[in-house]
Amino acid sequence: MTGETLLEARDVVVKFSLRGRILTALRGASLDLRRGETLAVVGESGSGKSVLAKTFLGMLDRNGSICGGSIMFDGRDLAQLRKEKDWLAIRGKRIAMIFQDPMTALNPLKTIGEQIREVLVLHRGMDRRASRLEVLRTLELVGIKDPERRYRQYPHEFSGGMRQRVVIAAAVACKPEILICDEPTTALDVTVQAQILDLIKSLKRELGMSVLFITHDLGVVANVADRVAVMYAGQVIEQGTVEEIFTDPRAPYTWALLASLPQLGIKGEDLFAIKGTPPSLFKEIKGDAFAPRNPLALEVDFVAEPPIFQVSPTHWAKTWLLDPRAPTIEPPQSVIRLRERLKAELAERQRPAEAGRERAGRERQKGSAS
Amino acid sequence: MSQPILSVRGLSVDFGEGRHRFRAVNKVTFDIYEGETLSLVGESGSGKTTIGRAIMRIHPVSEGEILFRGERISGPLSSREERRVRQRIQMIFQDPMASLNERAKIDYIVSEGLYNFRLFSSEEERKGKVEKALRDVGLLPEFASRFPHEFSGGQRQRIGIARALVMEPELLVADEPISALDVSIRAQVINLLNKLKRERHLTYLFIAHDLSVVRFISDRIAVIFGGRLVELAEAETLFRTPLHPYTRALLSAVPVPDPAIERNKQLVIYDPSVHRYGEEAPQWIEAEPGHFVLGTPREIERWFQS
Repeated sequence: MTGETLLEARDVVVKFSLRGRILTALRGASLDLRRGETLAVVGESGSGKSVLAKTFLGMLDRNGSICGGSIMFDGRDLAQLRKEKDWLAIRGKRIAMIFQDPMTALNPLKTIGEQIREVLVLHRGMDRRASRLEVLRTLELVGIKDPERRYRQYPHEFSGGMRQRVVIAAAVACKPEILICDEPTTALDVTVQAQILDLIKSLKRELGMSVLFITHDLGVVANVADRVAVMYAGQVIEQGTVEEIFTDPRAPYTWALLASLPQLGIKGEDLFAIKGTPPSLFKEIKGDAFAPRNPLALEVDFVAEPPIFQVSPTHWAKTWLLDPRAPTIEPPQSVIRLRERLKAELAERQRPAEAGRERAGRERQKGSAS
Repeated sequence: MSQPILSVRGLSVDFGEGRHRFRAVNKVTFDIYEGETLSLVGESGSGKTTIGRAIMRIHPVSEGEILFRGERISGPLSSREERRVRQRIQMIFQDPMASLNERAKIDYIVSEGLYNFRLFSSEEERKGKVEKALRDVGLLPEFASRFPHEFSGGQRQRIGIARALVMEPELLVADEPISALDVSIRAQVINLLNKLKRERHLTYLFIAHDLSVVRFISDRIAVIFGGRLVELAEAETLFRTPLHPYTRALLSAVPVPDPAIERNKQLVIYDPSVHRYGEEAPQWIEAEPGHFVLGTPREIERWFQS
């Protein structure tokens, strides 16, 4: 399905100093990104998913630094890069990033053509003519019609979805090996979101990029991802293929995340809800960070941090439940139901035209008869 | 079902003057029945929030009227009527970070409505009401002496709900109350809203864009596009047999947490120019019992077939 490992983060620790206090945003996060795949990073706000992505670009805020671990990319450890000059050879050129809000990512005073062109001039040393042609090609590539006219327009003349396309064009103009997408569709309407997701998938194919996709929406994960990394309290707690995560999740937090989806709830009944709030990262966390919110937590979860257990060659999880000595604990009912429920829905959706219409017709006849 | 608690009749809302006049809501008609959750879904700029705000009397109504328990609440009202409406219809806002006064303690934030309407006879009674409202939303009474910044997003949203509940409203207008919350917190707030609905016989107008949440919590769903309602039906009917092409496009775009479905997904794109309403104007028609759709009779017949 995917090629060799392109980027490998091992036990990355990132600390921020905030008003004299130390916040440990990443507590030894590990993940690997392979060539040509889309890896989705899922987690709640504060779980460290954006911080992890920023370490790949040397874009941590000034008060934060990498205090441990390694990030191997093309034989170099990015965690050791200090000079801005070294980063310029990577950031935007080999690893590019698009952000959540297309409104703030663009300069309102420059035409969008100029904004994309400056990326090409900076990173690929192109001259005026060549870069202009390349911008027009890129605009066309991201699905912007009439690129000649659009080149001369300003960001305010674009809708939210179109602006996100411009941001994507600027990011892929240098044909990066890795495209990091940080919640690129959260601010968009669902119909536009679906189109942008399609665009990212087709660009990945055409340009042979790897995509690191940060999101909190498991529906979006199901749409774009080949593999998934689940983050909680500054660590990746489970990583596997998208099928493995949805059909055979192992970590209690992944169960809870899936079970609390409204799509899996039964109307009229309470939705599965995770109690409490994520732990404060200002304090030291003992054992499994999710244990205090996990009604099924084992005693050992409060004492020792679980190691990584391999489930399959492509699937691992950090939970004591996978230890051979652990008791067998079943995931919540709704996670077990997930499989069957969604399978049934799939069958229904594949024939919406006939099945749905027929039923509507029947109901209508019933309605008019009564 | 029971009596309508709120009726919106041919509601239009215009913004701007003269040449810059813009019709944000265009001749919208619907009822909300007592004890139900009616959701209004649509994309940004479709006018869903404007409808909510027109009901709250924040935006003036340009055409049509809004009835609450059979009495007109749009347009000019006597100050006595206005006070009554403002107490009985309460609103919950989208962003719990922006909707609470940072400089006020929770005690004051929750009591503000009580002060404005003098809904208490003694300090003791007021404290009791605040305490009960906080308990009802699952917060501790001692939180009353704290400031908003001491709370997480989910807790802040609970404070926003407590502030509405303390007024003992009959109708709650909730404008995207959970879209700013994290997945694990979202389920807690959805459960809370459902619990309050059961226990207090509240009625909700729920304004949202996240269709997966809407399907779970709504009795009925109204879909709005470009300021007009295009379809209204029971939640399950709408999901199973959407008629209007816009509703179909919207449903096809909702991400589903199942890789098999997502991979085979066929996006439906809505093109408003298919209608040709220049020849025949669309009507708001009850296509099957309880299922309303905007279109010409011929179109609706065709949508049923396809």
